[in-house]
Amino acid sequence: MAETNAHSNYDGPPDYRLVGEHGMFPKTTHDEKARFNFLAHLNRHLASRVLPGVKTAYETRIEPNNPAPNHRNQVRKALLKDPLFQHWSAQRRNTMELRQQAGRWVTLRQAEELNERARELTEGDDRLQLDPSVELPSYLSKIDHHCMPGSYHDEIVPGDVTGAANYDCGIFVTTGGGLGRFNDGGGQAVVAWMKENRPDFAPKRILDIGGGLGQNVLPIAQAYPDAEVICLDTGAPVLRYGLARAKLMGVENVRFVQANAEDLSMYPDGYFDWVQSTMFLHETSVKAMPKIMKESHRLLAPGGIVMHVEQPQYDPDMPLYEQAIRDWDAFYNNEPFWTKLHELDLDQWMVDAGFKREELLHGGVAAVVDTELFPEHGTDEVEDYGRKAAWHIIGGEKKAA
Amino acid sequence: MTQQIDPLALAGAKPKGKRPYFLEDTDAERVMAITMAVAQELAVMRERLDTVERLLESKGISQDDIESFVPTPEQADQRGAWTQEYLARIMRIYQQEIEALDQPNEPSSEEIGHELAES
Repeated sequence: MAETNAHSNYDGPPDYRLVGEHGMFPKTTHDEKARFNFLAHLNRHLASRVLPGVKTAYETRIEPNNPAPNHRNQVRKALLKDPLFQHWSAQRRNTMELRQQAGRWVTLRQAEELNERARELTEGDDRLQLDPSVELPSYLSKIDHHCMPGSYHDEIVPGDVTGAANYDCGIFVTTGGGLGRFNDGGGQAVVAWMKENRPDFAPKRILDIGGGLGQNVLPIAQAYPDAEVICLDTGAPVLRYGLARAKLMGVENVRFVQANAEDLSMYPDGYFDWVQSTMFLHETSVKAMPKIMKESHRLLAPGGIVMHVEQPQYDPDMPLYEQAIRDWDAFYNNEPFWTKLHELDLDQWMVDAGFKREELLHGGVAAVVDTELFPEHGTDEVEDYGRKAAWHIIGGEKKAA
Repeated sequence: MTQQIDPLALAGAKPKGKRPYFLEDTDAERVMAITMAVAQELAVMRERLDTVERLLESKGISQDDIESFVPTPEQADQRGAWTQEYLARIMRIYQQEIEALDQPNEPSSEEIGHELAES
């Protein structure tokens, strides 16, 4: 692993060689590492050097000609006519496509080794519970989220894990290392919140819905080693990769279960003490959310906690310009539900799912990373809207009867 | 399990969902995408070269040796010739447009084809 210079004034993405290379992590050549470095810097440059100019352009030459907008869509449509917004958008979209291509090149060229390693590690292990009868919900089948070809579920060959490996090795680029060495800054942040706010909480069973390859649930499983933890997702490749990755990272108390979070009837009422989702709800739909939230409430034991972690809601205090920029990923980075989710009254949805108002939890968390090596996003002044590694919590605590 | 995966064909695959274009001229956006990919590869090469230079430094060839390097006349000629050839490749389109200025009425292959097809 590379070293860092603690005395440097350097303020930018860390070197890619600092990422944590667990045993499932794809091997990267010098050029492939350099490519990820360049793309992390390119994203950082667009956020820190170009996006502020878009705001200036909005204030000086767009807003005066489009006074008093009453909705973020009006702001976005006005922005779309401005050359600087056009160029920032074209660059941001292209950078995401370059990142996907770079990561897919890394993983596809070593597909056989990756798939074989995952097979060896998961075959016969009952902690991988795949269910081919699980149907892909339309919010996942209609579009590839964040321009990731094949999304979390496609298999190029039987037993394929390359899509998951691509996600794992390339997300560094999108956040400039803001999620930490093992892309688990979100999960670490959730653990830190729980330890601070509920120091005596001792969950026996924990469910992470839409957990993907488990990057955010592993810190939870490590913090509560006696708990039985389930990482739930509809995508077989991420679950397969996830179990292999967890084992190689020495985390043994997580099961990886293929299921749709809208219907978890295989688990009885009150089965879990903690139901968690981390950056998951924005990849669902208005039809799915009530089912997911009702299931989460039903599955919760008395005294248990549901916690959803997302980017902040578009409350009335948030300027329409900021809302429009935050909406960019919804319209131009294949996150179609992002815009609707962020205008919903999530408190009301939690109440409709069965929580009492006084049981609701709110809070804010920022990625917890090894700050010797990685940037700390909680104190970072550069705001790459929608991608900053700092989030809001909306939760519910089922009071003991 | 031995099904072949072709990274050349698949690495750059299109994600599901129609692609948005932002610039007034979509051709300009295509050129931007290609230019940024080339810029990326230049950065990749620069990082590799930096590694080589730093390894050389550890073997006794310093950054100063590199900065103060003066090619011999023969080496300078070879470098100059390489740069000329390089530019000639890149600037080919202008060369051909300039050559065409002398022949304003030059027929196209399609026009010649029609001529050749006449009985």
